[in-house]
Amino acid sequence: MTTLTFPRLRELILEAAGDDESIIFDESRLDATFESMGYDSLAFMETVSRIERTYGVDLPEEDVMAQKTPRALLDFVNDRIATTE
Amino acid sequence: MTAVITGLGIAAPNGLGVADYWRATVEGTSRIDRITRFDPDRYPVRLAGEIRDFSPEQHLSGRLLPQTDRITQLALAVSDWALADAGAEPAALHDFDTGIVTACSAGGFEFGQRELAKLWHDGPQHVSAYMSFSWFYAVNTGQISIRHSLRGPAAALVSDQAGGLDAIGQARRQIRAGTKLVIAGGVESTLCPMALISQLPAGNLSTRDDPATAYLPFDVDATGGVIGEGGALLVVEDAAAARARGVRIYGEIAGYAAALDPRPGSARPPAVARTIRQSLADAGIVPSDVDVVFADAAGLPVADRQEAHAIAEVFGPHGIPVTAPKTMIGRLNSGMGALDVATALLAIRDGVVPPTVGTTRIDPNCQIDLVTAARRPARLATALVLARGVGGFNTAVVVRAPSTETGEIDDHAYLPTAS
Repeated sequence: MTTLTFPRLRELILEAAGDDESIIFDESRLDATFESMGYDSLAFMETVSRIERTYGVDLPEEDVMAQKTPRALLDFVNDRIATTE
Repeated sequence: MTAVITGLGIAAPNGLGVADYWRATVEGTSRIDRITRFDPDRYPVRLAGEIRDFSPEQHLSGRLLPQTDRITQLALAVSDWALADAGAEPAALHDFDTGIVTACSAGGFEFGQRELAKLWHDGPQHVSAYMSFSWFYAVNTGQISIRHSLRGPAAALVSDQAGGLDAIGQARRQIRAGTKLVIAGGVESTLCPMALISQLPAGNLSTRDDPATAYLPFDVDATGGVIGEGGALLVVEDAAAARARGVRIYGEIAGYAAALDPRPGSARPPAVARTIRQSLADAGIVPSDVDVVFADAAGLPVADRQEAHAIAEVFGPHGIPVTAPKTMIGRLNSGMGALDVATALLAIRDGVVPPTVGTTRIDPNCQIDLVTAARRPARLATALVLARGVGGFNTAVVVRAPSTETGEIDDHAYLPTAS
């Protein structure tokens, strides 16, 4: 079964919304909000769109926008992937 | 309230930053060349003025790169340079006392073209969420506002080539209304295939392949203009506030006027002479007070003659030095007027009129004293800058040296700057 891992999520976010060397973004930030790391709603939408394309999964906007941290988003996406499969 | 300019930021094909641009411009260094950004062979226009030495990642955080078109990447860097040149810290002012006005005639075309290609090749899911604003005319105003926390009056003006001057007129209005500091100008880039073909139907571009003869305003051999990219942003402040900060003042925005040409086929004359007269009246001066004209210089026989007739009508035949340094870099759309004003201020600072390059045989219908080699007139304190845009836009701005009677001249105003 495919799962979205933190390193892969991080890659997708950096591709979608760019890097900011001044902000640490590693596994220590699993529970930090995307907002606190400077990712606004558009950055988030762009990331979500890449996850949908990469994993062939549909992430309903209203539900996915409620996922405020990397951990919450990973759990949500992996649930959806499991359900889809 | 007197609106003065205290900082300049410039990105042009022949120089990034004030010092490099100004040196190249006085020396007459042309950067019109074959387009390298894409293969131009399939298009009737193959020359442009490209900025080739700008690396956005050197100036912007990685977060900004995926969400910005080239116009915004250039504009953000230029806004940094302008504020640094003015020694201004918007953060030291109240957010709502600082404003921004930029002009834009095309928007982030290259970004839009890329996303359109994704839409058709890969499907709608592949279009960037940042498409929502990155292409938009107001994007530079918004992004510069965010970067420097300029939360007072903000505007985005669309009036083709005249926009850069209209932005400066609007900045003066905002200063008069009490805003403490305004960044004003335009930065534009239309060097992608979609932007190029969008400009072809107007028929204003030269299709020559020789950079030396492509753009020859006021010449008997003029066949059109050449596109360039870049522009300028100016820091505009109230004179008293600038004096209180003790900073160098490049000059005053003394006059501004804008008018529309009559509809095509009308028997009425073009609006350019009227625009010039109104800008002088607004500045409270007469034609003999003006020392140099920076022309729109379309490079098209009809438009060149209209402009030359207007200049000759107001200032007398061959009555005032006229120049068009844009012949070195191409026409920068909305970036042009602001860069011409910056150039006029540098000319006033150093007492030298930069040349028009290329033009050698002046159309006898153009009775103007065209400056084709850098010239040092006896007096260079007041400049008139003209711009005309597709759609009938005519704008004129008068800038003049800092006034001596109010003590705005200080010793370092006339020293060459290091940056």
